[in-house]
Amino acid sequence: MGRPITPFLWLLFSVGGTVSALLFPVHLFLTGLAIPLGWIDPPRYEALIGLLRHPITRLYLFVIIAFPLVHWAHRFRYTLYDGLQIKHLTALIVVFCYGAALVGSAAAAYLLWNIP
Amino acid sequence: MSLGAHYTPYHPKWYRRRVSVWWWLQTWSYTRFVLRELTSVFVALFAVVLLWHIWALELGPEAYARLLVRLGTPLFVVLHGVAFVFVLFHSITWFNLAPKAMVVRLRGKRMPDWVVVGSNYAAWLVLSLAVAVILLRR
Repeated sequence: MGRPITPFLWLLFSVGGTVSALLFPVHLFLTGLAIPLGWIDPPRYEALIGLLRHPITRLYLFVIIAFPLVHWAHRFRYTLYDGLQIKHLTALIVVFCYGAALVGSAAAAYLLWNIP
Repeated sequence: MSLGAHYTPYHPKWYRRRVSVWWWLQTWSYTRFVLRELTSVFVALFAVVLLWHIWALELGPEAYARLLVRLGTPLFVVLHGVAFVFVLFHSITWFNLAPKAMVVRLRGKRMPDWVVVGSNYAAWLVLSLAVAVILLRR
């Protein structure tokens, strides 16, 4: 990874870390635990698709998907280096981590752009 | 590979002690560090789950109903439970480190750490309530 891009990656890492720290617990708790366990009734389909059609919701969802993915890529990259001591596989790790984050972000952009 | 170290005058660095891949399990503070770094895996997984939700909603009401059934299966409830613990660990460690990562100054005076940490937790509370209200409104 070239040097000039590194501070930029750290910035994306911080944005993704902050966004996910602030917003993931509530989303995960509601959609993954409270609703499936029956503590709260699930929102109706019409309400959710209406919400999803709003441009601000789409922007919001893109931000809370793309930045956290880059956050993962950056953090996981260094964890692989230190944890597994595989610094000689740098190129492969970099391609895998940032590539996956890029694919996920592109999928988010595509899905959010094409909401019926 | 030979385990013997090559000693050469003036090249003391050629001797490297081999460190186990599990070095971080021997000391709790190292284990906590690696667990904190691994929270990013659950952050990424949940980002993918969000993509899955959007996809199901786009496919239509039947797909959304199937998603709700799938999320209620024991496998997904357990996975979400584990992910929730890791994501909470991420939030708490992230907020507590904020004053070290970012020094906030007001009129030339450095803000005390507890103010920075406290405002993070306040923002967390407010945003969580806002998301809950918007997502669950009838």
